[in-house]
Amino acid sequence: MPNMHLLKVAAPAVAKKAQPGQFVVIRTDEKGERIPLTIADWDEEEGSLTIVFMEVGTTTSKLTLLQAGDYITNLVGPLGLPAHIDRFGTVVCVGGCYGIASIMPIARAMRQAGNKVISVIEARSKFLLFWEERLRSVSDQLIITTGDGSYAAKGWVGDRLKEIIAGEDKVDLVNAIGCTYMMMLCAEITRPFGIKTIVHLNPIMVDGTGMCGCCRVAVGDETKFACVDGPEFDGHQVDWDLLLARRGIYLDDEIRSLQEWECQNLIDLSRREG
Amino acid sequence: MAKLDLNRVPMPRQDPKVRGRNFNEVALGYSLEQAQAEANRCIQCPKRSCTEGCPVGVDIPDFIKAIREGDMPEAVKLLKGKNSLPGICGRVCPQETQCESTCSLAKKGAPIAIGRLERFVADWERANMQSANSPSNQPTPNGKQVAVVGSGPAGLTVAADLAKLGHSVTLFEALHVAGGVLMYGIPEFRLPKAIVQAEVDYVISLGVELKLDSVVGKLVTIDELLNNGYQAVFLGTGAGLPMFMDIPGENLNGIYSANEFLTRVNLMKAYLFPEYDTPVKVGRRVAVIGGGNVAMDSARCALRLGAEVVYIVYRRSEVEMPARREEVENAKEEGIQFKILTNPKQFLGNEQNWVVGMECYEMELGEPDASGRRRPIAKPGSEFIIDVDVVIVALGTTPNPLIASTTPGLETTRRGTVVADEETGKTVKDKVWAGGDIVTGAATVISAMGAGKTAAFSIDEYLGG
Repeated sequence: MPNMHLLKVAAPAVAKKAQPGQFVVIRTDEKGERIPLTIADWDEEEGSLTIVFMEVGTTTSKLTLLQAGDYITNLVGPLGLPAHIDRFGTVVCVGGCYGIASIMPIARAMRQAGNKVISVIEARSKFLLFWEERLRSVSDQLIITTGDGSYAAKGWVGDRLKEIIAGEDKVDLVNAIGCTYMMMLCAEITRPFGIKTIVHLNPIMVDGTGMCGCCRVAVGDETKFACVDGPEFDGHQVDWDLLLARRGIYLDDEIRSLQEWECQNLIDLSRREG
Repeated sequence: MAKLDLNRVPMPRQDPKVRGRNFNEVALGYSLEQAQAEANRCIQCPKRSCTEGCPVGVDIPDFIKAIREGDMPEAVKLLKGKNSLPGICGRVCPQETQCESTCSLAKKGAPIAIGRLERFVADWERANMQSANSPSNQPTPNGKQVAVVGSGPAGLTVAADLAKLGHSVTLFEALHVAGGVLMYGIPEFRLPKAIVQAEVDYVISLGVELKLDSVVGKLVTIDELLNNGYQAVFLGTGAGLPMFMDIPGENLNGIYSANEFLTRVNLMKAYLFPEYDTPVKVGRRVAVIGGGNVAMDSARCALRLGAEVVYIVYRRSEVEMPARREEVENAKEEGIQFKILTNPKQFLGNEQNWVVGMECYEMELGEPDASGRRRPIAKPGSEFIIDVDVVIVALGTTPNPLIASTTPGLETTRRGTVVADEETGKTVKDKVWAGGDIVTGAATVISAMGAGKTAAFSIDEYLGG
């Protein structure tokens, strides 16, 4: 099961401008790939950014080896349009997996804007759950669910979302961040109720500034670039099949790259340890 | 008068069969003997019409004379006096429509090979004058601060020219290396990245401060720059937004914009995957849509990455192709197949959402359109299918709207370009200049450099030069 990691980086200029929902593109080293990572939090005074990521491929594996005081070769941001924050009424903020961190600043901003914020967070198991208190402190109500039932309720966020919709609160907006399937299924749950559902898309990107079109997604009848037109879109308009297919373009290469890197990394480690 | 020598000295090139499988430079450059033989053909006419044909006004007859006399340091000095990026220009300028087209010998069909000589001088400097990277006679800083946004050909030229005049220049670049399209767009085999890096290093050595990973419009706005000590701003952010065709199936897996394909290959070095982490898909059968230099670059990259068949699919005929003649010839020699008068109608995919085919129309040419070229018209009922694994769409680019949308007071056109005075590069916004593709739409490296030179002159004048 992939593990989750928290990374705090010094990036004062980015921290000064960061807003909820934005992301950075990083490159770990000269041979590294450029990948987007959502900004989970920032501290302008300290000049830092906090990023939570899941260890899945070569780049994220490289990141997990960093020690305090190490450098990331490149970090650029803040990229993407900020989340649309307004006074909607009752807002359900859904976070799954790394999205538990990404949804936090949105929940915080929604609450500051005068909304009633119900946060729902999901982890596959208790040991993958984090930021419970942090989410609680920025929400009117926090609901936790774990896939295996090892902590709080058993089930996925969709189960909890259905309960909320069936409950007393009239939900005015759902805002979801997490894996593509989770966001897609949340949008399907809210669709029959006509509850506006905002999702934060995570297609493959290269430059992250609108230059390449790698991250194109179909929303309604239009092709959009998630990096500059998003990453936030109306979940009921997104062509999910297309997004899922495009996310898988390099799956074979990603596996090969990771295997080669792990192999090389083992050789390096054994050399260091003599 | 001595008899005119009409035999241009050819430049050695890699054999097409060999070069089609490697990323090394295609053209190998002159030796000193070859360069001097070519320089000897120059009649040093008093008209100096070649210099007039050069967008940055290089003193062409003078540097050619220095080559002839074997005074290479002098040739370097003369060339770099006007052009800070000669190694780049010598390789990618369309000399045949500029300096060489106005050469007195052009009428006889054998203009001096100015581009090849320029390249020779730049390469000689890099090989023999390492110390040239630390110019000795730098002016004392005059305290004026200029922000240059974008480190492509326009931005590098403005930065170099203003730094040479004593201004403090900060150069902002969104990507992780400087050079813009010279780094991410033009392939290694046509413009080696080490040469771009050396010329960027030269500009930095003039005292220019380079800020990489800095997206102006996001990290900092133009107005914030102007409110924080910069007395002038130059916008040279190019035309980076790729155009698609807006036809069915265009978002299938395996369909790239040329920008993405070339960025993966050149900037991210996908041709060295998995040593480098960024992958690229090539497949066996590749179709590149478009007829410009970017289409040729994409096709030739795909071939080098191992594609078995690479097509250029272009809706007009070869005569109308905007690519340089030389690049079309290079592509043909390497085995790229040209499907002219062909235009895609839609892309066909398989169950995994991968492109497998391209349905095309046969086209015919009608009356000339607004561009002066004959308008392509689809022949009804002419549809046919080309089998493909990968498609690269190289139909041009438009300016990225990021700057315009975050800078109140700029005027833009319907095409998204920024309006600037042709004589000065000045925009309608106070203290802001612009030049290169952001103003003209996608054009050439040297025209961007010409615009940079014009703007640098105007900015210097404004700052009280």
